[in-house]
Amino acid sequence: MQNKLKSEEIALRIRRRVFEHCIKNNGAYLSQACSSAEQLAWLYNEALNIGDSTMPSIPESFSGVPSINNKKYKTGAGYNGPIANEYDRFIFAPAHYALVAYATLIEVGRLDPAGLSMFNKDGSSVEIIGAEHSPGMEMHNGTLGIGLSTAAGIAYGRKLNKEKGETCVFMSDGELQEGQIWEALQVSVYYKLDNLWAIVDVNEQQVDGAMSDVLDIGDVQKKINAFGAKCIEIDGHDIDAMRQAKKEQHKDQPLIILARTCPYKGMNYLKKRFPRLHYVRFKSEEERSIMNIEISKELGIEPIEY
Amino acid sequence: MIEIVNKPYSYTFKNYASKNKKILCLSGDLTSSCEVDQFRDEFPNQFVSMGMAEQNMMSFAGGLSMSGYIPFIHTFGVFTYRRPYDQLLASIAYPRRKIRIMGFLPGITTPAGMTHQAIEDISVMRTIPNMTVIETGDATEVESICEQANNVDGPVYCRILRGSVPRLFDTPLKIGDIRVLNSGTDILLITSGICTEEALRARSVLIDAGISILHLHVHTFKPFNEEKILDLLTNIKIGVITMENHLVNGGLGTLIAEIISKHGLSKKLMKLGLNDTFAHGGSKQYLTKYYGFDAYALIKSIEKFIGLPLNIEEKDLEQARIENVHSLSKAEAL
Repeated sequence: MQNKLKSEEIALRIRRRVFEHCIKNNGAYLSQACSSAEQLAWLYNEALNIGDSTMPSIPESFSGVPSINNKKYKTGAGYNGPIANEYDRFIFAPAHYALVAYATLIEVGRLDPAGLSMFNKDGSSVEIIGAEHSPGMEMHNGTLGIGLSTAAGIAYGRKLNKEKGETCVFMSDGELQEGQIWEALQVSVYYKLDNLWAIVDVNEQQVDGAMSDVLDIGDVQKKINAFGAKCIEIDGHDIDAMRQAKKEQHKDQPLIILARTCPYKGMNYLKKRFPRLHYVRFKSEEERSIMNIEISKELGIEPIEY
Repeated sequence: MIEIVNKPYSYTFKNYASKNKKILCLSGDLTSSCEVDQFRDEFPNQFVSMGMAEQNMMSFAGGLSMSGYIPFIHTFGVFTYRRPYDQLLASIAYPRRKIRIMGFLPGITTPAGMTHQAIEDISVMRTIPNMTVIETGDATEVESICEQANNVDGPVYCRILRGSVPRLFDTPLKIGDIRVLNSGTDILLITSGICTEEALRARSVLIDAGISILHLHVHTFKPFNEEKILDLLTNIKIGVITMENHLVNGGLGTLIAEIISKHGLSKKLMKLGLNDTFAHGGSKQYLTKYYGFDAYALIKSIEKFIGLPLNIEEKDLEQARIENVHSLSKAEAL
């Protein structure tokens, strides 16, 4: 679905919206917006072949977990359009990026801005860690590492069905530490799942800090290529590079795009917090105020009123 | 003589799955061990080899289910929940995927020791929301397991018997039911899985000794037929004995204890099985004897329960034959 706005503009708006939320709520998964804004903007605005949302633009409140008695249960997948032969299927793996996902859905017209006011509120489906029933989600990915395996299973099934649509996963590099990711790669390569592709936000960050200090995982591109997938590394803030990478031939292989990113891109003032960027909560009113002024300036907006 | 059936799962799965092209047979590198090698050879398009990668297998099965397929997962029971417990919950149980998990080597039915013996699987599985939990106890139950499991709207875990399996029953397993194998009023004996066959070895000598036993066979742990147990418990004079190929905590014995306490019943309960211990490798006969849940252990437990010697020796059991495996109701005329 082609939005009228350019992906670059959508990326800027995602950063602004997540930043606004962070200032108003005195904390958010802010650095994830810095690193992934271009990828998510590009995915929803250009790369994914998905239909219009089938869900209400203002999310319904939490309607219970799946159970035999809960006939009303729905996942949030409908925000990514209907599930159909010709459409792509999108799995959003790093559930901690949920806020960025919701902001993206808003900027591409799939979610009403009012939806974000329900974020992390009791009784809301717009959860802090994306749940199956949260907008844009189809499965629980709060336990990192299960997204790629699930997408591989979907892709395998879709191959059997001879479906046209691809299956795409948005991932983060921290989850590459999970063994399951490599199991999923083994199977995806063995079964030649060329209808499966992933874009990985390589921001080199994890909860404890920079991955190089927590558990360095070395040359990821080399490793993934050695596993037999087609792996391309790009500048994750360069949307043209994404377009080119997606065009790469990967017959009989899954495609993995490593998008190298900066966790304070577009909000350089955040660098002061490096490497503690997983969740940005201001240490003092002073810090909040200075960040508000400085980062608003970088984002080209007036300071946020809170 | 009891009929011994050779590899009932093998032909059961083949017959059932070959007629339903949406079923996919997944195997975690244990294809012949789980008796689906013939199916793999004859229906390769319905077979998905997953290798030794159980975490991926569980989530991958979730993905297959999301694209319209019905995965039947084949591996040893232990490998379906110990290593990939997180995936079992997030990719299968929570979203209620119609995935049928076929767990082989239940309890101590393998000489392969701790790493292969699923001794806490029922305990784990029955506490997971949305799971249905079944255990087969004979060849007839194995023959009905694919269809019964596949009728469930949600995930199912099944303990499967493989190899030479005795035929004890002549009516199919029906999820949610409890089999009444013998009527009686002194003791309510509840057994499951291989323990039912074991208990049947002791039953005729117990009856000869004048003990009146109401014997039930449980195959469905969840959803459990509480009403039926309650109804049958009411007139029991001495108490209840459970015997299971599992830890006595969390499985059949605990299930019955929960019902007894929930309804404030005053019934003594004796739980036979693995008593808060891991097992080691050995034969079924050796291990059930060593850990105290074979036919003779049942006799000794009943002696303790009633406070009187029954004067039954182990050699009496060996002579015992499984005969007249009849139940009360016509539907269960065995």
